[in-house]
Amino acid sequence: MSPTLRYAGLRLVTGAAMLAALSLLVFLLLRAAPGDPVDAYVNPSVAMSAQDMTDLRARLGLDRPLPLQYLAWLRQAVQGDLGYSLQGTGEPVLPLVLSRVGPTLLLMLSGLSLGIVLGIGCGVVSAIRRNGVLDLGLSVLAFVGVSSPAFLTALLGLYVFSVRLRIAPSGGMLTTGARFSAADLAAHLALPALLLSIAHTALITRYTRAAMLEVLDQDYVRTARAKGAREIAVIAHHALRNALLPVVTLIGSTIGIAIGGAVFIESVFNWPGMGLLMVTAVRARDYPVIMGAALLIGAFVILLNLLTDLTYAVIDPRIKVG
Amino acid sequence: MSPTRRALQRFARNRAALAGLVAIAALLALVASYPLWLGYGPNSVDLLARYAAPGGRHLLGTDGVGRDVLARLMQGGRTSLLVAALSVSISLAIGFVVGAVAAFGGRWADAVAMRLVDLAMTLPPVILLLVIASITGTGLWPTVWVIALLSWPVLARMVRARLLEIRQRDFVIAVRGMGAGVGHLLWRHGLPNAADILLVYATLQIANAILLEAGLSFLGLGIAPPEASWGNMMNAAQSSIVLERYVWLWMAPGAALVLAVLAINFIGDGLRDAFDPKSGLS
Repeated sequence: MSPTLRYAGLRLVTGAAMLAALSLLVFLLLRAAPGDPVDAYVNPSVAMSAQDMTDLRARLGLDRPLPLQYLAWLRQAVQGDLGYSLQGTGEPVLPLVLSRVGPTLLLMLSGLSLGIVLGIGCGVVSAIRRNGVLDLGLSVLAFVGVSSPAFLTALLGLYVFSVRLRIAPSGGMLTTGARFSAADLAAHLALPALLLSIAHTALITRYTRAAMLEVLDQDYVRTARAKGAREIAVIAHHALRNALLPVVTLIGSTIGIAIGGAVFIESVFNWPGMGLLMVTAVRARDYPVIMGAALLIGAFVILLNLLTDLTYAVIDPRIKVG
Repeated sequence: MSPTRRALQRFARNRAALAGLVAIAALLALVASYPLWLGYGPNSVDLLARYAAPGGRHLLGTDGVGRDVLARLMQGGRTSLLVAALSVSISLAIGFVVGAVAAFGGRWADAVAMRLVDLAMTLPPVILLLVIASITGTGLWPTVWVIALLSWPVLARMVRARLLEIRQRDFVIAVRGMGAGVGHLLWRHGLPNAADILLVYATLQIANAILLEAGLSFLGLGIAPPEASWGNMMNAAQSSIVLERYVWLWMAPGAALVLAVLAINFIGDGLRDAFDPKSGLS
């Protein structure tokens, strides 16, 4: 068996184990949440004896040992039954969460693309102009970017661009009551996506700069220069292509940060995504929604990391299970 | 020269880190002494000066019920720093114990402890933060626990790696041969030899904990009003009137927060460079 295939196989097994662990964590947290599941089930205006309660618990399977309860819960979860929201009309959790995936993905992918473009650009410029004014300025900006919380930059962005300059809408995904148009969506998307990209940009800039500096010292870059290749060609063809390799894995690991940032930016901009859904659910103590969303987000992150690692193994055959 | 002294010398030559240290010392002094020099309490109400702009009697203005923003900022600093210090202490203890059990407890303990760490790290941090906060509720101690429970896994991994390395050293093998127990090994040899990781982690984690507290309180899930914290002061900006017209209400705590976090990050980076055995041995 080829080493790449072996690596892929092993990585798939660890990915599956992580998914199982995640489901166990969510189940245990759901159990640790205050309140008895039976309470959500009974009508408070109907008197129930202790015997009735015991019967109800038995019928719901709550008297069985915890591992069995977990398996029963897992079977339903796999079939797409994550329970019902405790708020409003008691919508089923899965469709509720899935309806919020689109807006969040749109926001996160826009932020990520912006971050990749800006980050690689700034990183290359910093590396070429090493220790110059631009390099120093960019690293100070990156440091401040990392030290300020997403909600504060979101508030500042909202204040500057929408309150003072009036060039951006103050929140939401579409103008209420207006007919859907891509331009309207883009206008609402631009500011939150830009603010979300700050974290990516800061991180990718730092890594691209370090990788570029390392590569620019290599013999093959000197050879390319000695052959008389133009500086632009040396940087784009010889240096950047090799420097980008470690940046690919970085993008996988920034997803966790992006999800965190998205929670705050969605709250500030009233963006109807999963982050806003989770925050409102936490405020209302709507445990089925909280845990259902956490389960889906966690599974998404695990799968995405799996994909990045496999892509990386294909790009760079030297990679081994570490 | 001992490695510790060399590290301290390197730290003393790092200007950014020293500036951070001065800024944090000044902040701590202000926050600790504010009842002595400020005539207002964090919850005393001045009904004649609601939404007063900065300047005049209230240096940083007042909020919607006439509470002095500077007083709340100082009290909020106490809360934010206290939450950070307590949660970091707890996560240091958990992280060290789990890391030590993994390194010294044998193969099975290691496997169980490390899978526990993996389990805690499967969810993105902010999502785990929200999930734990939904169970603990709001208030000082719940917030401390939420942040502590979120932060220990990374440390446990670092401590384990360091202790596994130390376990192979001759002096540890010698002490074991002389019949030292695990307690003695950990306390007298493990802890001092992991002190540098613990110190660097604790410093950087305090900055992180301040950000986490602010984030939670901003969402209304951390420190609950009327208790002041930097995060819940900024929660006021979720109202568009405050965001647009009473900017001092959210910009003041925002600035304090960023300054404190920047200063602590400078100190933490300085410590990390100073203790890094690979950094210049001049």
